[in-house]
Order: sequence, then structure tokens, then C-alpha cells
Amino acid sequence: MAIRRKFFAGLTALVSFVLSGAAQATAELNMRPGVTETSLEAFELHMAVIWVMTGIAVVVFGLMIYSMIFHRKSKNPTPATWSHSTTVEFIWTIIPFIILIALTIPAVKLLIKMEDASDPDMSVVVTGSQWKWHYKYMEHDIEFFSNLATPQQRENFSLEEAQNNPNYLLDVDNELVLPANKKVRFLMTADDVIHSWWVPELAVKKDAIPGFINETWTQVPTPGTYRGQCTELCGKWHGFMPVVVKVVTETEFDDWVAQKKEEKIAAEKAAAEAAAQSWEMDKLMELGKTVYDAKCAACHMQNGAGVPPTFPALKGSAMAIEADQINAHIDIVVNGKAGTAMAAFGNQLTDAEIAAVVTYERNAWGNDTGEKVQPADIQAFKAGN
Amino acid sequence: MSEQEQKLSNKSLVMRLLGVVGGMFLFGFALVPLYDVFCEITGINGKTRGQAIYQKKEIDHDRLVTISFIADVKRGMPWEFKPMENVVKVKPGELNEVRFYARNRANEDIVGQSVPSISPSEGALYLNKTECFCFDQQRLAAGEEIEMPMKFYIDADLPEDISHLTLSYQLYNVTEAFAGDSVAAK
Amino acid sequence: MADHHPTGLKRWLFTTNHKDIGSMYLWFSFVMFIIGGAMAMVIRAELYQPGLQFVDPNFFNSMTTMHGLIMVFGAVMPSMVGLANWLIPMQIGAPDMALPRMNNWSFWILPFAFTLLLSSLFMDGGAPNFGWTFYAPLSTTYGPPSTDFFILGVHMMGISSIMGAINVIVTVFNMRAPGMTLMKMPLFVWTWVITAFLLIMVMPVLAGAVTMMLTDRHFGTSFFDAAGGGDPVLFQHIFWFFGHPEVYIMILPAFGVASEIIPAFARKKLFGYSSMVYATASIALLSFVVWAHHMFTVGMPVAGELFFMIATMLIAVPTGVKVFNWVATMWQGSMTFETPMLFAIAFVILFTIGGFSGVMLAMAPVDFQYHDTYFVVAHFHYVLFPGAIFGTTAAVYYWLPKWTGKMYNEKLGKLHFWLSMIFVNLTFFPMHFSGLAGMPRRIPDYNMMFADFNQLASIGAFGLGLTQILFLAILIKTIWGKAEKSSDKPWDGATGLEWEQLPCPAPYHTFDTPPKVS
Repeated sequence: MAIRRKFFAGLTALVSFVLSGAAQATAELNMRPGVTETSLEAFELHMAVIWVMTGIAVVVFGLMIYSMIFHRKSKNPTPATWSHSTTVEFIWTIIPFIILIALTIPAVKLLIKMEDASDPDMSVVVTGSQWKWHYKYMEHDIEFFSNLATPQQRENFSLEEAQNNPNYLLDVDNELVLPANKKVRFLMTADDVIHSWWVPELAVKKDAIPGFINETWTQVPTPGTYRGQCTELCGKWHGFMPVVVKVVTETEFDDWVAQKKEEKIAAEKAAAEAAAQSWEMDKLMELGKTVYDAKCAACHMQNGAGVPPTFPALKGSAMAIEADQINAHIDIVVNGKAGTAMAAFGNQLTDAEIAAVVTYERNAWGNDTGEKVQPADIQAFKAGN
Repeated sequence: MSEQEQKLSNKSLVMRLLGVVGGMFLFGFALVPLYDVFCEITGINGKTRGQAIYQKKEIDHDRLVTISFIADVKRGMPWEFKPMENVVKVKPGELNEVRFYARNRANEDIVGQSVPSISPSEGALYLNKTECFCFDQQRLAAGEEIEMPMKFYIDADLPEDISHLTLSYQLYNVTEAFAGDSVAAK
Repeated sequence: MADHHPTGLKRWLFTTNHKDIGSMYLWFSFVMFIIGGAMAMVIRAELYQPGLQFVDPNFFNSMTTMHGLIMVFGAVMPSMVGLANWLIPMQIGAPDMALPRMNNWSFWILPFAFTLLLSSLFMDGGAPNFGWTFYAPLSTTYGPPSTDFFILGVHMMGISSIMGAINVIVTVFNMRAPGMTLMKMPLFVWTWVITAFLLIMVMPVLAGAVTMMLTDRHFGTSFFDAAGGGDPVLFQHIFWFFGHPEVYIMILPAFGVASEIIPAFARKKLFGYSSMVYATASIALLSFVVWAHHMFTVGMPVAGELFFMIATMLIAVPTGVKVFNWVATMWQGSMTFETPMLFAIAFVILFTIGGFSGVMLAMAPVDFQYHDTYFVVAHFHYVLFPGAIFGTTAAVYYWLPKWTGKMYNEKLGKLHFWLSMIFVNLTFFPMHFSGLAGMPRRIPDYNMMFADFNQLASIGAFGLGLTQILFLAILIKTIWGKAEKSSDKPWDGATGLEWEQLPCPAPYHTFDTPPKVS
């Protein structure tokens, strides 16, 4: 039966193409070797297993195919009668055992190396939250959030966008900047649910677990930008919280640290100035809308209707219209709400931005309270009242 | 076997199997304390252990272990919370004290519970706390601030390859949820 | 022997006949297979190209969750119980299952359990959206309100499975015909007994896990909440203590099916019967000590990771023995390739491919690169679709003449096989590549670099889905339509009591007097 034979020939071709073809290491077909020592070793181990598995596949499937061709009824009308052989069974128990031990030895060595985060040159605390990352450099007093560069709203994600943007879904507003050739330890934790921080080219993947810290490390020899994603299902926008690591030379890193410090001073000054003024409604509403669309609309929707009960509506919500709830409103924006996706924005936004967004929420979509919240109010709230 | 015997024999086997089912259901729950015991023995997950008692220990003067502290407030917690020192270097066997600062920025009483975690997790076996705010919940009145002490020592038999420990405290608002529970973090 | 039975709705509602209950289980699982498959179509349609085209990301998460739950608990497990009901009494020479009324209950719980679960699709906040693994705290503190219905549904299906498993064990231990010693039992019976023991060991643990979720959600406990002294990772340990044996629960009966069909069509005795039994038992035992290989990234101490890595790799040894035994059974046989044989051979080949990726995933340092990517999705679909589902399909074609007295259309059967074979590979093979390229699982949208493989997988999935409609048509045609009558022994190499001592179709009551077992 020609068709059958063709099929099995095709199947063999497919299997060998896949298992060994992957070995030809075209970028799309295979794991990326990555750039760190551990990622390269993981890649080598991956290739070694693929080859071993291919070898076993060739033998086992080869025997099956041979048997299917030559031991069919038309070729072999009388079947053999044997059905047992202790020797053979012993051999094919022992051989896989030996192969597995041979694979285990390099795996054990690499694992021990990958888990050794001791004696780092610097440490970064990585905190996952729905749906962004926060990085805090322990030695440099620098911390910032890293959001998807495109605001998390459905209409921003289309085929066209994907075709035009090579880093579609893999681009953030603030990358994690690291110096090359330094051993960097990551301390992972999470704010709400479990997330997982993964950069394929560094071969670093570690879960960020709320309440606990985990550690892992990397040492990147070559400057460059390395992209990854969250790999633990963390809710609605799980697919939209990329990880971007920008590795720079040591001097560039020092410059970046200095620049971040200047930016911080400038931002504090700007915030103080903003707090000193009394803002007009138009200005608050304008800034408020920008902030809202970028930070709040992913859950509460652009029209303020939310997706109840998970993401409550702000439109017509008591908290956003009743005058005596204004402090509660500021509180939830500044401190977040436990057990929900409502994050604390107190240190993600400036006082002016918080004032603007609260004002916007109290006046948009027919909430028309006419109330203004000033940056100074936020400053006072944060200082404790 | 007669039909009667058959029924009896079925019944007794069913009973035994139901026993297994019940046992396994309980085993599921037993995994909770078992896991805690297991964590305590192996240091999985860096859960720190309960209150230790410091006895005069031999101090290893040739070794310095770096301890970094991280303090985070969780969502819905209106406190300021930070270590007074970010990093300390200690000698194994020596009793040390560090302090954490907390201030309630809200205009009402808030109860906080700090949850400790150590990395690398094996380190949890060697870090002993004789006094810690995480053993109890804290209640702070509106605007109240506090300095909270934490006394600890590192076992002298801390493995050589651990030179650096990170102790993290995550502060939860438990005013509504777990107030009054004695969760004294294990 | 009077072949008398009640008719109409009452027959099905109150039946205690193992054949009726077996049929109901099989049809129920087919309905669930179609519903779960429809959800897979939604997923593949959304993933056909980058961008958010059809569904909201939250609904997408509900789809992946419900697809997993329905396929695991609604399609695969009940189909295996259906086969057990039909076959075990006939294969060991028993008149019925040992506990016929319990048998009726264990089936009738299922429609209610799944109605409850499916109704959550229409609730405020949507259906469960935290993945079929329902990791805390996403499923506890952050779960939608419908989570409580999910919990109740899981409890009900757990009770159903436990009752089914108890029934199998009691039947096999107490109801064997005289002379049917344990080591004479067909392998399908053996694999099912071992499965049943796994079920009664781990389903209660799952029940415990969802009970803890429930009390965490509503009664102020904090098993999985760090704020109250709990630990989210504990949930994963409990879940996978259930979850890994669960994987073998789904595949072991399919091993049994292959071990019946391959010898029948090779016209040669199964090679290494006793080593097959021991291999199955050791797979089952090992499955209790490997669970944390699903959790290499949660931050375990190195010693723990090493233990779970090595234990997992050990499972490859007995699994290898099984595969080699099947190949040896074929060797020097006198094979013909009717539909059941085709499915059985494809089962062996494709399941083995799933086994290869399984060994890769077992190696912790490289697993960091594979974990939670499409590579994992490819892996477990290779062991579940061409594994468990091809196994069941092979069984249905093989025993259909015994059940109905009629022969399916061989041409259509072969067409069903070849289309399934092509599309199953087209669907799941590219997922290995998208996973290796770095695509995480459970995401509704992705970068262009993953686009080609996703498109292929989606085309394959649509084809695979349509092909199963053909299966339905073949079944309907065979059972109710015009189909050739089957001889009493349509497969000349078939062995076992059901083929040697019973006609086709098997009468409503069989072996009221125990058969003679040689």
C-alpha cells in the first residue's frame, strides 16, 4: 500500500526534521542560546537531550516501521509465538536507566550553578503586580515601575499594530538597566498574585510569590536589550506585562544612575511646585484623563463602567460622587485595596497626577461633582492627617 | 461464594476503601502542618522560625555575614514602613538588634501584620530571632509612629557558602481580615 | 437468558446495568469532548493571528480554564470509566459491576456537576479564569464569584470518580470468574485497577484542596494567604500531589487499551505480560513522589529540585518498558491495520513523542527555559490527545461490534484516523517551536515572531475539531443507521472472555453463570 508507506516515510521525515532539524538552530525552530554562561549551558544541555531523544526515536520508531512493513499479514502470514524474554526485558530496563543517569550528571551540575546566587555585585528587588513589574536597586536608592509601553486597553492590540511594531507586547516604558559583567542578584516577590519573571536569553525564570522572596541571579557579558514576559497566569492582562532588560557597559550604567538621581531631584522639585499652586479644573481634567487612560482604563474601562464585580464601575459609584467619601477615594488610589487588583498608586504617580485623576473620576462620565482635588491635598493626605 | 457472602465481602471491601478515601482526605489537610514541619526542617520558602532563646554562644570573630533588610507595605496598607538600617554585617553567634520604623498615615487605627521571608531559603535554618515585631500584630492609632526592634543571631554553623542573607518583611493590613488571630509568623 | 430490560427514560435514569451505564458515560464524555473542543476553537481562533480579535482577555482566560477542566474531568476521565463499565465485567466473567446502584449514582452526579460548572459562564464576573490548575491566590482572594460553583462542581465530580473507582476495585477483587486469577486478567483490567487505586488516593486530596480554598474565601482561614500566616506555594504542593497521579489516571487505561488491541491485530500474544503489570504499578507508585517537578521555578532548595528531577526521570524507565513491549508484540507478528490498530499504533508513536518532551521537561536546569511556555502545552497535549483520546477512540472502534453487533464503516474509520493523525500533529507539533521561541502559555495575544506557528496550530485545530464531527457521524451511522452486521468475532486475533465466549452484540445480561476460564 503505497499511501501507507508514503505516510510513514513522511512521518519519519517529520520526526527527524523536527527533532534534528531543530538542531540546525534556526532561531525560530529552536530555543535561543542566549547570552549568559548559564543560558549557553542550558542550551547545550537542551541540544544534548534532543539528540539523545532523537537517537532513541530513530531506533524505536525505526523498528516499529520496519515491523509494520515486514511483519504485516501479507508478508508474514504466520505470526511468531514467543511472548517473553527475561534477557531482552532486562536489557531494555537497564539501557534507558544508564542513558538517564548520563543525562542527569550534567543537569545536576548546571542546576547547582544556576541556583548559586551568592556573592553578588549588586541586588535588585523585583516585585510583580497586576500587571506590571517594579524594580528597586538596593545599592542605589533607585526604584521605578515598568509598564507595557502600550496602555493595556483592548483597542490598542491589533494585527496591524503587531505588524508595525517589532517589539509588540515586548516593550516597556522603563527598562531594567543593568551593568554588563556584574553578578546581579534578583530578589523576587509579588504584591498580589503569583507572577513569574522570565528572560529567555538570560535563562532566568523565577516565580514572584506574594509574601515571600525568592532569589536568582544573572551575569550578562554583552550589552544589549533582552526581552521576556511574565510566565505565570496572573489574571486578565497576564500576556501584557513584559520584562525588558537593558544591559549597558559599566560606565554607561554609572551615568544612568547619576541621571536617575538628577531626575529624582527634579521630579521632587516639580512636585513641590505643583503642590504649591492651585490648579484650575480644566488643567486637572486634562491631566486626569491622560493618567486615567494610561493607568486606570485597563480595568475600569475608558467610560468608567468597569467590569463588575471584578473591576467596579466608577461611573455613578458612591465613592466617586459622595462628598464625604473624598478621603476614601484618595485613600484607595494612594494605598490600593487589599485582595483586589487595585494597586497602590501613591508611589507610581506624582501628587499632581493623583489629584488630577481623582478630580477626573469625580467629574467625568456624569459624575459631575464639581469638586476639585489639589496636589496639595494629596501631599497632606500622604503626610498623614 | 453465595450471593449473601458476596454481598458481605463487597461491603467489607467498600468500607475499607472508604476508609482509604477518608484517610486521604484528612491527609490532604495533614499536608498543611506537614508542610510547615518540612519547611522548618529544610528551610523551604524561607519561612523564618518562631521565637528563639539566645544562650551565650561562641562568637565567630573571623567571619562577617551580610544581612540586608527589605520592608514592603502591601496593597491597602496606609503605613510607612522601612528598616532603619538597610544592611548590617554581623558575626555568627553574636546577638544583634536592628530597628524598623513604621508610621500610620491613615486617620484611623490600623492593625498590621508583618510576614517575614528569608532568601536564600536555606538561610532560614540559621537565622534565629529572639525578639521580633513579626511575632505579633501591631495596632497603630492614626498618625502614630513606632520604632520596632528585632533581635536576632546567626548560628555559627551557617554553611560557608552562605555569605549574604536577605530578610524581607511584607506588611499586611489585617484590620478587617485576620485581626486578633495569633498568626505569629513561624 | 431473557434479554429483557425496561425502556424509555426510566431505563436510563434508574438503570443499574453496567452496559447502559457504560454507554451513558461514553456519550456524556463525548458531549463534554465537543463542548471542551468548542472552547479550544475559541482559543485557537483568538490565537490565529496577533492582536485581540474576538474575545476579551478575561474571557480568554475563562476559556483556557474551562477547556482544561472539561477535557480532564468531563471528557477523558468519564470516557475511561465508560470503557471500564462496559468491559471489566465481561473481561473478568462477572455478571455486572459489584455495586450497581452506586454505579448509577456515580454517573448521574456528573451531568449536575458539569451543568453547575458550565453555568458559571453566564455569571457576573464570568467563569473561573485562573487556569485548570487554579493556583492560589489568583483563585482564592482574586477569584471571580463563580469560583464557589467551581468548587462545588469539583467536589461532585470527585465524589463521582471515587465511587466509580471503588466500584472497579470491588468488582475486580470480588467478582472474577473462578479460574480468573489476577495474573490472567486482561491488561485493560489491570491498568484500570491501578488507576482506581490512584483515584481513591488522590481525588480526596483534591477535595481537601478545594475545601481549603472555600474556607479561605469565606470562612476566614488562611491556608494559602501569607497575610494570615499561610503560603501560596502550599497550594501548589497539594494540587500537584493530586495533579501528577491524575496525569497517570488519564493515561493508564489507554495503556491497557493499546495492550489489548496491538496483540489482537498482530495476531501474537502480548509480549512481557507480567512486566507490563509491574511497569504500570511502578509508574503509579512513582507518580506519588514526583509532583514538584511542576514547580521547579517556585524557589525550592537545590536538594529538593534534585530529588524531584531524578525521581521524574526514573518514570521514563517503566514507561520505556511498556513501549518496548508493544514494539516487541508487533515484531514478527502478522499485522493488519484496521482502524483500531491504526489508532493504537499512532497512540504508541505520538505518546512516545510526548514522553521524550517529558524527559526534557524533567531536567530542572533546562525546564527553567521550558516551564509555562507552549513547549509544555505541546507536551501535555501529545500525551493527552494522541495518548488518552486516541486510546479511547481505538477502544471504541475495537469494541463497537461487541457493543452494538454492527460493524463501523472501515473506510470512514480510516479516513477519521488519517485526518486525526494529520491534524493532531499539525495542531500540537508547532507548539513545541513557539514554546522554544519563548511564547508563554495562557496568553491571548503575542508578538509577530510567534505568528507562523500559531497560525499552523490554529489551522490544525480547526481541522482536528471538524474531524471529530466525522467520528460522531460514524458512530451514529453504526449504531442507528445502516451498518453491516458484525460476526461474533470480527477480529480474528482478538482474545479474552468477551470475544471468545460472548456473541456480538453482547446480550443485556452476560455471565449470569460464571464462564469457564482456561
